[in-house]
Amino acid sequence: MRIVVIGEGKVGYTLTRELSRAGHDLLVIDNRKDTLSQTEERLDVMVMEGNGASVKVQEMAGVGRSDLMIAVTNADETNLLCCMVARKLGCRHTIARIRNAAYAEDVYRLQDELGLSMTVNPERSAAREIFGLLQYPSFLKRDTFAKGRAEIVALPVREGSPMDGMKLLELYKSLRVRVLVCAVERNKEVFIPDGQTVLQAGDHIYVTAPMRALMQLVKWMGIETPRIRSAMLVGGSRTAVYLAEMLVEAGIDVKLIEHNAARCEELSEELPKVNIIHSDGTSFTTLASEGIAETDAVVTLTDLDEQNLIVSMFANSQHVPKVVSKINREEYCSILPDNAAECVVNPLQLTSVNILRYVRAMQNRQGEGVLTMHRLVNEQVEALEFRVTENTRFLGMSLADMQLKPGILVSSITRRNKVIVPSGIDSFMVDDRVVIVTRSDHNFNSLNDIFAGGSKA
Amino acid sequence: MNYRMIAKLLAQVLRFVAVFMLPALAISLFQKEYAAAMGFGITILIMVALSLLTKLFRLKRQTMYARDGYVLVSLTWFLISMLGALPFWISGAVPNYVDCFFEVVSGFTTTGASILTDVEALPMGLLYWRSFTHWLGGMGVLVFLLAIARFTEGAGDSMHIMRAESPGPQVSKLVPHTFRSAQILYLIYIGLTVIQVVLLLAGNMPLFDAVTTAFGTAGTGGFGIKADSIGGYSPYIQWVVTIFMALFGVNFGVYYLLLLRSFRKVLRNEELWFYLGIMFSFGLIIFFNLLPSMPGQAGDAIRHSFFQVSSIMTTTGFATVDFNQWPQLSRTLLVVLMIIGASAGSTGGGFKCSRVLILFKCLHREVYRMLHPNTVKQIHMDGEPVPREAIRNAYAFMCAYCLIAIVSTVLISLDGFSLETNLTAMLATLNNIGPGLDLVGPAGNYSMFSNFSKIVLSVNMLLGRLEIFPIIIMCMPTVWKRSRV
Repeated sequence: MRIVVIGEGKVGYTLTRELSRAGHDLLVIDNRKDTLSQTEERLDVMVMEGNGASVKVQEMAGVGRSDLMIAVTNADETNLLCCMVARKLGCRHTIARIRNAAYAEDVYRLQDELGLSMTVNPERSAAREIFGLLQYPSFLKRDTFAKGRAEIVALPVREGSPMDGMKLLELYKSLRVRVLVCAVERNKEVFIPDGQTVLQAGDHIYVTAPMRALMQLVKWMGIETPRIRSAMLVGGSRTAVYLAEMLVEAGIDVKLIEHNAARCEELSEELPKVNIIHSDGTSFTTLASEGIAETDAVVTLTDLDEQNLIVSMFANSQHVPKVVSKINREEYCSILPDNAAECVVNPLQLTSVNILRYVRAMQNRQGEGVLTMHRLVNEQVEALEFRVTENTRFLGMSLADMQLKPGILVSSITRRNKVIVPSGIDSFMVDDRVVIVTRSDHNFNSLNDIFAGGSKA
Repeated sequence: MNYRMIAKLLAQVLRFVAVFMLPALAISLFQKEYAAAMGFGITILIMVALSLLTKLFRLKRQTMYARDGYVLVSLTWFLISMLGALPFWISGAVPNYVDCFFEVVSGFTTTGASILTDVEALPMGLLYWRSFTHWLGGMGVLVFLLAIARFTEGAGDSMHIMRAESPGPQVSKLVPHTFRSAQILYLIYIGLTVIQVVLLLAGNMPLFDAVTTAFGTAGTGGFGIKADSIGGYSPYIQWVVTIFMALFGVNFGVYYLLLLRSFRKVLRNEELWFYLGIMFSFGLIIFFNLLPSMPGQAGDAIRHSFFQVSSIMTTTGFATVDFNQWPQLSRTLLVVLMIIGASAGSTGGGFKCSRVLILFKCLHREVYRMLHPNTVKQIHMDGEPVPREAIRNAYAFMCAYCLIAIVSTVLISLDGFSLETNLTAMLATLNNIGPGLDLVGPAGNYSMFSNFSKIVLSVNMLLGRLEIFPIIIMCMPTVWKRSRV
């Protein structure tokens, strides 16, 4: 597909990289030449200098002939204008980044006039992701499917856990509830296990099951974290505002530390129920005096990844039950010691995965496209949700008899609001929602792609 | 530097060149030229063996940087020249290895300068291989690999390679993916070559002659398979070759724009107009200059003048007559054309029209600035401002070009030939043309030079084809140091 990206900031670059890797033709427009030449050096894409919101530039870039236009400049207004122009020129799909909550209503009411197919808000998605993790603090990562009914969660296998040294088949036998381990992360590598895989301490396992079964599993593993009643947020970024609102709504006490006095004033206007502290959140003395040791959760949300990691490591050393760090550059995690930052949220990745899902759904015309898409760790493994239709092959055949491509795992089937953790005897039926786990480089667009022998029946 | 990656890619290049040698091997066997067949067979085995050596180790990392691209391209060209020379040497057709190396470098760099005193005595398989090196070298062997193998993972790595191998001050892609750009270039290239072969066959040219001539034209190389180059063929064939030489000297981006029907952009292309303008005006001047010496043969005069202008300007180097015997004005104009060369992004060599244009515009700006010291003036080309890097590249290129021209002329003057011979031999190799004037004119050849001079001239050809910088970069000690400071 031909895709035009306007605005090559952090989000723009991540998107360009991911989409170009997926084999699309990318054209990047930005008005900063140095950023563009960097992109051109590193990625196999075309670049163009200019103001992406102008009709002339978009015409030269051939936006009208493109399948998708994504506007991610740092100004919401520019992004909206880009979308209007692109729609005028005949581009059918447009995506804009809108961060300012004040525009939420505009976008909702004017969606057609503005020519928007989709809006993304990285800060809000990050806040929502963190909120989900604080609601269920035992999980390191939590991705939901089938409108929140099915999930894949990440759990750590700790030293001395009953799982250490256990084969997966034995694990399934010794548990009374049905769960399925769909991916294992070991030494920063992720792989899809089979029954013979032996778990080790230090692994992170990705498990799918209904919520009740998951809670039992957590209890059995001895890593249950009690409900969170208070949270300390470090850094008064936009994400912090979104998150604080959600937490207050859920009845959790929030303390927010921000070192810019003027920003603190704004925050206290916006968030009357939050305890705003004007202080340097990266100083350990400050954190200690603000009672980091007594709080249930610490979330680091400053603009600098380095600060977030350092504060998270300090919080871990103070035995805070739940620590979440916001990181934009995941490469930093690869050199950290194992338990330094277990629970990481990456707004860039969330946004790019969101848009990738949209792009994959666009490629699939028959409405069998990807419904949900999540990336599990380091972009190596992804989980995709599809709906089963009449066109799906092997309807009604048991999973054991299906010819699947190698390295694919069917992790759950949701049928009439019930989650089934599949075994060999289960089968696909029309209107099921199926979640599969696979390596990211497959680029599946439709459920039929997972069967061996091609998707064309 | 990523030595392992470079070695792996070199191995891939060798495997492809080995495959490309198979037709030559088949022709040799078919013609019962067993010495040549053995030469090809042994060379293919050596190339396969060398490429298998790289299976012994594994890649540590995938990424390549700009420096790796330059070094890879330079090494590739040296390596394929050294190995491509082996069939001539092993078969005994050319007994001196330096001669073989010169001949094959001349082939790959699309120069067309030869050390052979009797071309027609060469076995057919070797003749085919000699012409085929032109075709492969014209668009670049690594660009070919990019087009079919996609050998680098996603990222911009492939762009470093393409930039290092393709001629011109600004190398840009036609479409977002480098491998697809390379595919488009090669499809246009193959398409034009096939059309030319068909048109030549229509003029009753034998198939073998048509194919080798088309290879020579497409790569703007200029190896003929006859002693008198194209002179012995019919006027129709000469006109076809004239037109196709001119076509292969045009930036291939123009053809892509034509395919897309963006005619307005083509009309706005200043380099194209500059290129065609010079070709026509020089052709006409030479025509009028020749007319007095060829009374009553205006048709022949116009054909010969345009053939030679097209051949020299596109740096092909075919000839229909011995232009060394022409009047001084015509000879001098041909030398000027040698330096200007073809368009950027074509298969031709030389200084490149676009660089000449940029330098002219810079000169105009500097003179203007002397008159109006406070003036601010951007240089425009095709209606767009020229980026500063392209201007800097043109300056640096001119500097390096002059330096190399002077040093190599001095070095080959050790052999004691006339200044005209030495100067035009240097120009004809550095600009990838082939024939020069005097002793190295169309009727002469390069066999009288000493081994040392032949090596100097071979390096000149490589410098000219790769536009100097990749080879200079490869020779810089800092590139090879581990510490990279």
